[in-house]
Amino acid sequence: MLARTLEAAGLSTILVTNMPFWAERVGVPRTLAVEFPFGHTLGRPSDAAQQMRVIRQALEMLETAEVPGTITHSPETWPVPKKEAIKDWQPVEPSPLIKEMTPRFIEIMRQRRRGAHG
Amino acid sequence: MSVDSFQYLPRVLAAYYRMTDQRPELPIPWTPLANPLTECMFGLVTSGGLYHLGVEPPFDVEREREDPKWGDPTYRTLPVDIRQHEVGASHLHYNNRDVLDDVNILLPVHRFQELVTQGRIGGLAQHAYSFMGYQGYPRDTTAWQEIYGPEVARKLLAEHVECVLLTPT
Repeated sequence: MLARTLEAAGLSTILVTNMPFWAERVGVPRTLAVEFPFGHTLGRPSDAAQQMRVIRQALEMLETAEVPGTITHSPETWPVPKKEAIKDWQPVEPSPLIKEMTPRFIEIMRQRRRGAHG
Repeated sequence: MSVDSFQYLPRVLAAYYRMTDQRPELPIPWTPLANPLTECMFGLVTSGGLYHLGVEPPFDVEREREDPKWGDPTYRTLPVDIRQHEVGASHLHYNNRDVLDDVNILLPVHRFQELVTQGRIGGLAQHAYSFMGYQGYPRDTTAWQEIYGPEVARKLLAEHVECVLLTPT
């Protein structure tokens, strides 16, 4: 949403995200999607080469995108096994929302499944 | 190849997000590049919840703890010559350890200084901005859209910024 606000104010923006799902639904002007864990949008700490690769891909996208809403997918891969990476990015303590809502999320999904099966 | 948006999400959250049925409001805003990047001034904006230690306060995570459906919509200003030990992070929804080790993974101040030196971009604005990505439940970005986003846009434009790299978490 910030991308849209800044773009509307006269800036050319490029958003890098691991959730192109949202970029598409929100309608972001230009998006580079990277399959990295949350909190590591441009890569691993101290991996300047990886960070620079992602940044260069973002710059290239900024230069070449012609259609508002374009999403480009980066070929970069995260070098840590997925299971470990999933655990690693999460906050040490669950967020206040997660603590409060997890039981409710589960209930909503149960209800949906019941509804879908008639 | 297509990036899997749900790769790193715990299953409960992934399932919940997948249920979202949202369509973008059209038209999508669009400011075409006016100049080649080698002539462009860049600005950096993240929503990683970063702040300048000792100069500005953290985001209001205490209020978020008391009211989990609320997220701090304000922003913080970070000088692009900030030292790593001066970077603070106050975002309860991701592990802040790695960004406190290397700010560039979310706010690439050093990488962009290198790009300026290499002549790949025209310049880097003196000030970078951080928002905090958790904006309540249900998500409410009204303050971003109406107050803080336009304010940051004005500040970036005042530094003659033309291009912005946006890095959510």
